[in-house]
Amino acid sequence: MMQSEDDKLILGGHEFSSRFILGSGKYSLDLIRASVEQAGAEIITLALRRANQDGRANILDYIPEEVTLLPNTSGARNADEAVRIARLSREVGCGDFVKIEIMRDTKYLLPDNSETVKATEILAKEGFIVMPYMYPDLNVARDLREAGAASIMPLAAPIGSNKGLCTKEFIQILIDEIDLPIIVDAGIGKPSEACAAMEMGAAAVMANTGIATAGDIPAMAEAFKLAVEAGRKAYLAGTGRVLERGGSASSPLTGYIQDGSAKENWMHEE
Amino acid sequence: MVTINGENREDFNNLTVAEMLDREGFDRSRIAIEINGAIISRKQYNETLLHSGDSIEVVSFVGGG
Repeated sequence: MMQSEDDKLILGGHEFSSRFILGSGKYSLDLIRASVEQAGAEIITLALRRANQDGRANILDYIPEEVTLLPNTSGARNADEAVRIARLSREVGCGDFVKIEIMRDTKYLLPDNSETVKATEILAKEGFIVMPYMYPDLNVARDLREAGAASIMPLAAPIGSNKGLCTKEFIQILIDEIDLPIIVDAGIGKPSEACAAMEMGAAAVMANTGIATAGDIPAMAEAFKLAVEAGRKAYLAGTGRVLERGGSASSPLTGYIQDGSAKENWMHEE
Repeated sequence: MVTINGENREDFNNLTVAEMLDREGFDRSRIAIEINGAIISRKQYNETLLHSGDSIEVVSFVGGG
């Protein structure tokens, strides 16, 4: 694949240079701006909750203006609740993006794929740019595409676990079979895991807890940024083939320095 | 009496939504509102009146993943 200057991520007709989406949960407001900047993030997720009245600062005051807001529907247990949250989020005035997150299970926080398809269909018809968070299942991904999703966001591991690419094989299937940006979200705990996802051909990676639980949050945000860039460059460059058996010398097989005896090269091509 | 985010409030009948937001200290540029399950758009805040028994949800963005 030819590398071009212009390797943009395109979602719902909007173009982004960064392929790293940042979650804003679990860390204090004063770190959000630094993290967004260090991450080079152009998209950040938010949740919608009852407003506070005690004059506390609002998160929107901490997010640079040019960053695209991606509200999630966290808290929704079914499609109706997700649709309600999405409509309210759009009303706050953040654009048309929405990340659908519907969880029935509160122990593992695994998304409800079938409710997610229903919500996607309703919201896509209302002009939302729908980014559904889902458990990687090829059939469901096809349904989401049919329903009008702008991307597919398969989980790598349970939300907040930092366990890495547990569902790697099934994410690869989506990347290979679905003609939509595949954005790996949830469970990515280390930059190396984000890099691996990009090497596989993911369109983008999202991380939240991997940064929020790091020792130095802005530094980790930067590490993730670099990892996502490295992974994308590697994917576009075409990673080298893997030898399942045996080795193949990386250095020449002739012209070895001799020890002065008449012995032949001890290592030579057959 | 109305409820706002689950809390009862007296003396809010016939206030406009705009007046309620001011009284309760909400920043109208940062919120969205539902009354009895229906979204009220920002341009309607000055004309929409509250009535006894209304259930009002005022929401805004917070950090989330």
